[in-house]
Amino acid sequence: MLLGPSLFVSAVLFTLGVAGVLLRRNAIVIFMCVELMLNAVNLTFIALAQTLGVAGQIIVFFVMAVAAAEAAVGLAIILAIFRHRATLNLERINLLKG
Amino acid sequence: MPVTLVLFWTFAAIAVGSALLCITRRSAVASALWLVVTLFQIAALFVLLDAQFLAVLQILVYAGAIMVLFLFVIMLLNLGRATSSDIKGPTGLAIATLLAGVMGLQLFVLARAAPPRDLALPAGGLEAAQRAQGMIAMVARPLFDVYLVPFEITSVLLLAAIVGAVVLAKRHL
Repeated sequence: MLLGPSLFVSAVLFTLGVAGVLLRRNAIVIFMCVELMLNAVNLTFIALAQTLGVAGQIIVFFVMAVAAAEAAVGLAIILAIFRHRATLNLERINLLKG
Repeated sequence: MPVTLVLFWTFAAIAVGSALLCITRRSAVASALWLVVTLFQIAALFVLLDAQFLAVLQILVYAGAIMVLFLFVIMLLNLGRATSSDIKGPTGLAIATLLAGVMGLQLFVLARAAPPRDLALPAGGLEAAQRAQGMIAMVARPLFDVYLVPFEITSVLLLAAIVGAVVLAKRHL
């Protein structure tokens, strides 16, 4: 069966997403890495749905809907930040550090 | 090796390779385009895992809607040109590799654990249900009875997201 390999691939993709979030400074690229992590989790759900029932596939629906909403709101926030600070470098957007 | 497994590893290798390119390209546009390649490969993996309908949705929603939104914002903010400071230096690289490595190690340990036998579907699994009910009805029917309340809540969430995005992106209300 493909369960073991799928879990392996999604672990690799999730790790790459985490590495991307830690490695990059650009807010949009970090956001894209979060999308990559969501996709890795979707792959896990679908791989497990093959043996544990269709509920896993339905959860993926909800993940996709939430990801679409999150992308719309997140990109609007990024636009607002860019309008205020004229940069997307997260190391320069450090108001809370004082 | 059966042909499914060969196809699976081919798509998986392309997915991992393009994800790696996605997190290492300097230009945000290049990153976004490599992420689109990864999303397509994941859709192909969905097909191999008996989720054909979700594979179509993956391409329509992720590659079609979400990534277009990303590219639109990147081009709107004129971030297409490569900047040298986007990727962190050697210290950042070491920290990212270390933390991601620890994370990956934990995930690999988790991935080796088999799902409990008691919960597993009877032999044939999802394929039998697919043959009995049809590809889309199998997913659609539970969505409209068991998962009806989450489904409706999702519609409210999407409405809130539309309103929120418009309010946030508007200069003057």
